[in-house]
Amino acid sequence: MSRRAGLITALIAVILVALWFLPAWAPYFYIFVAAEILILGLFAAGFNLVFGYTGMLSLGHAAFFGFGAYVTAMLLLHFDTPLAFALIASLAGGGLLALVIGFFCVRLTEVYFTMLTLAFGMMVFSVAQQWRSFTGGSDGITGFAVGSFGLGLDLTLGNPAVYYQLTLVIVTLAGLCLYLITISPFGLILRAMAENPERVAFTGIPVRRYRLYSFVISGAFSGLAGGLFAPFTRVASPETLHWSQSAEPVLMSILGGSATFLGPFIGSAIFVLLETWITSFTDRWMLFLGIVLALMVMYLRRGLLGTALDRLTKRG
Amino acid sequence: MESFIAALMNSLALGMLLFLIAIGLNIIFGVLNIINFAHGALYMLGAYITYTVAVLTGVSFWIALFAAPLIVAAIAVVIERVMLHRIYDRPITDSLLLTFALLLIIDETVRWIWGSTIHVVDPPASLSGTVRLLGIQQPVYGLFVIAMGLIVGLGLWGFFSGTRAGRVMRAAAIDRKMSRLVGIDVPLVFTAVFAFGAGIAGFGGAIAAPIRAISPAMGANIIVESFIVVVIGGLGSFPGAFLGALILGAINGFGSRYLPELNLVMPYIGMALVLLLKPQGLMGRTAS
Repeated sequence: MSRRAGLITALIAVILVALWFLPAWAPYFYIFVAAEILILGLFAAGFNLVFGYTGMLSLGHAAFFGFGAYVTAMLLLHFDTPLAFALIASLAGGGLLALVIGFFCVRLTEVYFTMLTLAFGMMVFSVAQQWRSFTGGSDGITGFAVGSFGLGLDLTLGNPAVYYQLTLVIVTLAGLCLYLITISPFGLILRAMAENPERVAFTGIPVRRYRLYSFVISGAFSGLAGGLFAPFTRVASPETLHWSQSAEPVLMSILGGSATFLGPFIGSAIFVLLETWITSFTDRWMLFLGIVLALMVMYLRRGLLGTALDRLTKRG
Repeated sequence: MESFIAALMNSLALGMLLFLIAIGLNIIFGVLNIINFAHGALYMLGAYITYTVAVLTGVSFWIALFAAPLIVAAIAVVIERVMLHRIYDRPITDSLLLTFALLLIIDETVRWIWGSTIHVVDPPASLSGTVRLLGIQQPVYGLFVIAMGLIVGLGLWGFFSGTRAGRVMRAAAIDRKMSRLVGIDVPLVFTAVFAFGAGIAGFGGAIAAPIRAISPAMGANIIVESFIVVVIGGLGSFPGAFLGALILGAINGFGSRYLPELNLVMPYIGMALVLLLKPQGLMGRTAS
């Protein structure tokens, strides 16, 4: 077991190093694709803390992702803040919004929870869409400049390769944080709640409050991912808040395997590569997304990584 | 006073439309134990089919009103047989995921077939124009929507309490295993119930076609609204769906007239209040 853990760590390290040197040889197009995979992977991993670990399906996580995007875009546009500050604000903003929405949603279980997250998510979307004077309506927020990073680092963020490498570092650090959370005693409690909430409640743990903690942490990381996304796409648009955006981390987690920590990242890679490939010859991407999600749920519920690991464990 | 009555009638018409969606959602949940995220998409499909039948083929709106629910129900039979019946024994999350996938599929298919622009259906000549009632001129079609909602509501109530088929559906909802033992073909009942609920949504879409802009966003909008209805009224409760629909109809109808700035968030504030005071909904019994 520990040998396999060492193997996986080594593999991840190799992949990270390879990703770091990607701009040295790959054309810009692939740098953009890789940056999108990283950002959406972080979004999906944040979402999966609630879905895979705590056992609650949220269909409103775009609210936190999009909110993070708007926070960063607005701070950059109106106050010219260093990017590091804007990202921290996105992280906090996503967590705060998740606290407010989660306060209502975690009061009820399963079905209600999912319905409520979708409803509140669409509320945030409608507000962004209609509060034209503040959010720019359907145009979203554009025209913000990405100046300095702050924290004493001198980075030319306008250069996509530099922004990509920064994204890689931040996503790696954030992913590491998330991983440490999932293996901590707190993370184990979350997993236990997914398995059997009654039993956890009998041990004296306030289930509802732990659900809320999980939701807030998840919202914060989704907000951070959104904060990274806005400077990447140069826009914070209402689409990042729409329910179809909430579908993406769901599908990524299912694709990769929601029971594994790396599943959402692998799902994100498959998702973005598929999207890039499929949208090159049709704009019916969402239709394809729905069909893949349906097939995965019906036939491969444990995801690609999850199923592969199952196979390996059965053999070894 | 006049504007009050106009807002009231508008609220009732909106409420009846919401009731038609929420009641189908409730029936499917009650029997199949599935929250159908694609329910709004089926409603939207009903509206688009009405558009195609009534406008393109030049057939009357009345034929479309019958054809749309039947076609949507037929599509629902395929959906249930091909997809949903596989996951009844799985955790409820799987059904949420699967109907969510269905929502994506229907939504995008509608965009594919009909495009993303807004379509309009005119009400039939006999239902257009206004009539003087309660001291003001009322649009006839609004009264028609209210009447249709009440008729369907009463019909469903009679169906579930008075007919054999309705009682079989209720039996299958209460205890699947026992129903099977007394000779009820449970899989058939499940298919029928899903098609039935979907048909009501398709009917709602057909009725809504002349008063709401037909666009790909209408499905997502109504599903969110009917979730609010179900949360306010209580999941699985027939009177709850009716009450919740009337409340949300009133919030929308009066809100757009008297509080246009807050109109958008008012339903959510109402829902949040209910959740704080009575988490099971006004008429709900249990939370799960």
